[in-house]
Amino acid sequence: MRIEVQEAPFDLGRETSDFASGHKDMGAIVTFTGVVRDLARGDLDRMEIEHYPGMTQKALEKIAAQAQARWSLGDVLVIHRHGALTPGEMIMMVATAAPHRKDAFEAAEFLMDYLKSRAPFWKKEFTRDGAEWVAAKDADEDALTRW
Amino acid sequence: MDVLYFAWVRERIGLPREQVETSAVTVADLVEELKAREARYAAAFADLSALRVAVDQELTEFDAPLAGAREVAFFPPMTGG
Repeated sequence: MRIEVQEAPFDLGRETSDFASGHKDMGAIVTFTGVVRDLARGDLDRMEIEHYPGMTQKALEKIAAQAQARWSLGDVLVIHRHGALTPGEMIMMVATAAPHRKDAFEAAEFLMDYLKSRAPFWKKEFTRDGAEWVAAKDADEDALTRW
Repeated sequence: MDVLYFAWVRERIGLPREQVETSAVTVADLVEELKAREARYAAAFADLSALRVAVDQELTEFDAPLAGAREVAFFPPMTGG
């Protein structure tokens, strides 16, 4: 398991390639990448992501450990950025390695659902008109009930 | 104990963390003490359903006990991913 909480950008290609290499018994690698999406009005200047240093790493490790306990996984990678990001920039990625694709896909979805509402990150959107905290969606909380 | 605030809770109260001397038994008791201090605290804690709490960096509920706790953090529902 590797968990990285960082301000710096990450290289999706290199991370995926490094993660995917070195296993002989993992038939499936699944990756998900979250990207800063512009607002419908097209006026998002930047997004600032605040987090809770100290808790963030532990919370992510706990979520990853739950995934490992539940599915047959060879490895898990989570990279999550904080600080100021502009539209189109990659915010985070998860990768799962498993002998079979069902485990890899399901575990990646589980990781994403829990990351959304159980990892201590908060997003604030900045436009020319001001700034607004992104509100958590009921659907994100509801998504946890399927697990 | 150390009390930490994040996101709009931090903005509304006006500081990221502070040391609080308290004999509160539960998180909810601590919230009542803070609310009684000043209007900005009362405003931040007006609707507890809009808040989450972590004690010693573990998510918990407002009725959680504070015995032995070193750090309590208040924040809105998280928006990771």
